[in-house]
Amino acid sequence: MLAQRHQAQANVVFRGARVLDPAEGIDARLDVRIDNGVIAALGERLDTNEHRVVDADALLLAPAFVDPHVHLRTPGREDEETIASGTAAAAAGGYCAILAMPNTDPVVDSAATLGSLVERAQQDAEVGVAFLAAITRGQAGEELTEMGELAEAGAIAFSDDGVPVASAGLMHRALQYASTTGRPLALHCEEPSLSRGGQVHAGAVAAELGFAAYPSIGESVMVERDLALAAYEEQPLHLLHLSAAESVAALRRARERGVRASAEVTPHHLVLTDEAVRNLDPNVKMNPPLRADSDRLALVDALRDGTIEAIATDHAPHARHEKDVPFEAAPFGVTGLETAFPVLYSQLVEPGVLPLATLLERMSAGPARIFGLERPRIAAGAKANLVLIDPKGVTHVTESGFRSRSANSWLLGRTLSSRIAMTVANGAVVHE
Amino acid sequence: MRNIRLVGDELRPPARPARRHLLSIADLTRDDVERLLGTARTFASSLEREVKKLPTLKGRLVVNLFYESSTRTSSSFELAAKRLSADTLTVKSIGSSVDKGESLKDTARTLAAYDPDVIVIRHPQIGAPHLVARETNAHVVNAGDGKHQHPTQALLDLYTLQDVLGALDGLHVAIVGDVLHSRVARSLVQAFALVGIHCTLVGPPALLPRDLDVEQSSDIDATRDADVVYVLRMQHERMQAGENYVPSLREYTARWGITPQRVRPGQKVMHPGPMNRGVEIDPRVADSPDSLIERQVRSGLVVRMAALYDVLTGGPVGVRALAAAEVA
Repeated sequence: MLAQRHQAQANVVFRGARVLDPAEGIDARLDVRIDNGVIAALGERLDTNEHRVVDADALLLAPAFVDPHVHLRTPGREDEETIASGTAAAAAGGYCAILAMPNTDPVVDSAATLGSLVERAQQDAEVGVAFLAAITRGQAGEELTEMGELAEAGAIAFSDDGVPVASAGLMHRALQYASTTGRPLALHCEEPSLSRGGQVHAGAVAAELGFAAYPSIGESVMVERDLALAAYEEQPLHLLHLSAAESVAALRRARERGVRASAEVTPHHLVLTDEAVRNLDPNVKMNPPLRADSDRLALVDALRDGTIEAIATDHAPHARHEKDVPFEAAPFGVTGLETAFPVLYSQLVEPGVLPLATLLERMSAGPARIFGLERPRIAAGAKANLVLIDPKGVTHVTESGFRSRSANSWLLGRTLSSRIAMTVANGAVVHE
Repeated sequence: MRNIRLVGDELRPPARPARRHLLSIADLTRDDVERLLGTARTFASSLEREVKKLPTLKGRLVVNLFYESSTRTSSSFELAAKRLSADTLTVKSIGSSVDKGESLKDTARTLAAYDPDVIVIRHPQIGAPHLVARETNAHVVNAGDGKHQHPTQALLDLYTLQDVLGALDGLHVAIVGDVLHSRVARSLVQAFALVGIHCTLVGPPALLPRDLDVEQSSDIDATRDADVVYVLRMQHERMQAGENYVPSLREYTARWGITPQRVRPGQKVMHPGPMNRGVEIDPRVADSPDSLIERQVRSGLVVRMAALYDVLTGGPVGVRALAAAEVA
């Protein structure tokens, strides 16, 4: 299901890296040799076979990341991102695979549109891309898309991300019908009559600053509805970008009852709260909004204990002139592919809040499992999908430093701990 | 779990030194407020002279940039600048390049090319004055940004209260009506807290900001013990069918309208204008001797003179918000 351009396969030996693959149960100082894009051997003092040798002493070698939630803005807004630039950004961030959302212009709701994207990705994509297709035609929330044909054309899942499926009856039908395709639904949970166009979490900050408020229940009521429907139909579903403690609690209860529900969380919801909005920076405007610290802590807890299985950037590029306006006039969304690991390493791993192995698992094996992708792994015989990380390095986040076409990052001007030193995706070195 | 750090100060680039602005009451200290009110009193006595014009801001340029309709705010800022001998330039969104889709940033930069000393801005969106402060070298005065802030209104209300009632500390003011959508109320709540005024918000539940840390009640009797009833304008657009903040304007008036029966003798009444007579306020109350509404308008002139004077010469106003905006 992953489309990627053909690239020269790597022949390389990583010398003396800390090899950490939580799913394989490896955490050791080893050499890793890649022969023609495939991991040939792990061990001590491996022969180089005349390959290029990368001195990885003091560096960390892990399975490359998988991002289940990216907006590539193609077709329609190629000024903001293209398949080439978005996947280059992914490579720079340590990703070997990303999933692209269908809320483009036109919406990815037909096999023809999807097919042209897959072809384009086969020409342009630096790392593997899989495309989601819409649940409803035009994401209008009225008629189902032809999910069978879309699945055959390569849709990895279905989502109306950006807007909720407001009608409970339609969501029920979508769950029923998607089951025939074997592809999950990925749901943007927002009850529009409660979020009411709100831009900031309903809390002290919105009350003080006067922003139209989007309360936590605007998300959690929809999460509860969709989990109830999934339980009734005994179908799996994936919850996109959770933000509220109430949603986490609902997910936890549903999973305990045996509902096959998975969820993702973004770096910004794990690190920031609505207090960040006080500086009125349009680069902290996102949907769902940043919420209270109690919400953030609930998300971190759920990520740690596995209730939330995946970290998703919700990478949402926007043109500079569209964000260079007062907060209320700015579009929702921030970029994230190139900063996800360094910011989470800085803010969660270094302070001892989240084990490094857990972070790596939730950025790679977790999302791969949810969407049925082969897990990037460090084992002899596996295709090389690797990220080499310098934990002692730093990442300076600057407007000119992005490989993405857009620079609407909430981390502009910051310096983060750790640096992505090299990425190998599908056997090829795609970033160093 | 306690040791999770937010993106901390150590990660932020150093803030540039900030110019003085008046963007939000939240940026002011009690000393700032007292200095501003003192300056306004000085100007008030100067206005009692035969020649009312002062040379204080001669040669300075004050640009008034208004993206929303306004009578008292725009006229009082313009007159305030003129009374201080500043040159003034008024730009309204209607009939300007804004009509042609020019962005706020471009309009601000265009006006900045004339090197204005002060830009006074009213805009329907929260944070518009902050953007102008970032994009120009002018001192910026917020004349109302969306539902966020209207700092000179709060200052002129404090001035009026002090003028009429003397000491502010210990007064009790009940703010009645659509608090949720009111920038005046947001500025007042912060200004009252600074000077020690006890504040109660009164209105229908859906029009009260439940997350604001201020005493709140939906019972109109909560105004009874207040020294002052501050009535907010009921915005008709909030009352359209289907919004359901309240069932109807008629029912709002019946339950929360300020009528003579709901005002004690001697209890003062204020309103930031424009009034909907017969909706949120009974005309008999608006025109009674206890109404301070006209005095508020008169205070507007001297307080805005003080605001212009203060950003150009006075203490550290607005440093906090701009520093925060600049690291963003």
